[in-house]
Amino acid sequence: MHYTVPAGLYAVGEPDSDSAVLVTANYKLSFDLLRRELSGRNLWLLVLETFGINVWCAAGKGTFGTSELVNRIHKVQLERVVNHRTIILPQLGAAGVAAHKTKKATGFQVRYGPVRAGDLPQYLDNGLKATEENRRIRFSLWDRLVLTPVELVTAWKVSLVALLLIFLLSGLGRNGFSFAGALSRGFTPGLTYLGALLMGAVVTPVFLPWIPGRAFSLKGAQVGLLGVLLLTLTLASNWSGESLVGLCLIAPAITAYFAMNFTGCSTFTSLSGVQKEMRTAVPVIILSIVLGGVALLLGRFL
Amino acid sequence: MDLRYLKDVVTLKLDSEKCTGCGQCTHVCGHAVFALNGGVVEILDRNGCMECGACAMNCPVEAVTVRPGVGCAWAILNDWFNKTGVSEHQTACSKE
Repeated sequence: MHYTVPAGLYAVGEPDSDSAVLVTANYKLSFDLLRRELSGRNLWLLVLETFGINVWCAAGKGTFGTSELVNRIHKVQLERVVNHRTIILPQLGAAGVAAHKTKKATGFQVRYGPVRAGDLPQYLDNGLKATEENRRIRFSLWDRLVLTPVELVTAWKVSLVALLLIFLLSGLGRNGFSFAGALSRGFTPGLTYLGALLMGAVVTPVFLPWIPGRAFSLKGAQVGLLGVLLLTLTLASNWSGESLVGLCLIAPAITAYFAMNFTGCSTFTSLSGVQKEMRTAVPVIILSIVLGGVALLLGRFL
Repeated sequence: MDLRYLKDVVTLKLDSEKCTGCGQCTHVCGHAVFALNGGVVEILDRNGCMECGACAMNCPVEAVTVRPGVGCAWAILNDWFNKTGVSEHQTACSKE
């Protein structure tokens, strides 16, 4: 899929040599959003080659970076298009661009605009001054909700393997593999898996600020435990003690795993922090799943 | 709603001796980690730092340093697997 626009200099309205120059990535959604927010104005848009990646991710990778910016300014001969020597970059591009190096290489002064394109009109009308409010990166309920499909899409491959494994193990009985046994005995564990996935990839992200703890996996484990306890109360009349122990060990571990993976979608986790979280969480998750699996198999064969 | 991550882990460092008080780090930081105080910058909220690296990248005198990175468990897991040669999977983000 290609959501790109060609890099280069674009006009919004009818800009002249005094019009402002805004810099963005060549991700089509960013480009279209920017043009919509700026409609009715006359200015220049300098689009960098980021291979269809948004400003924030491209800045992290370095493609929305100083060298691409400097090269693009030279390529479009920006100094001949405008009289002034100021370019406006999105604040989230600052992780990839060094303003002082750009100035040295091109003569253009980088000004960092607001985080969100929606605040640009205010920024432009305010003499290129961003308010404190406009400089903050947030993570609203809506932001978290729209990112949950990313989690689910990322999870489908491992989920397919997990469900297949549940099916095969459930089919195994004292008389070998039985398809009917796989379906009947695999139903509850399969349902529990899907429930745990949803708890980790959707419920935990949505309720993130209200779940106690700081580590995402810890938040997820609590939600998973609550989920499996609720499931137990509704379905457990026919569960053995071993199955109960097994599912109570496995489900929260699965939820913790998917909750942990949401760190990448969030806007406030650091690499050092996630590494620290994972050093504890990953061994605990693996141990919990192994112990739970042993409990389930003991319940089946003893 | 103020979301906070783990305490006392980030690699952010500020050398106040070098700081000229230009304030560029206060402009690029998305979490208000820095504040100007009497002509030099100080770290106001270290635990708010997400190690994006924008401050260090834009400090003209290299007074601010940080190991930049993305706080993404998926990327770290893939990194672990790639190092052990188990998987060639890409992260969800790099597939775009």
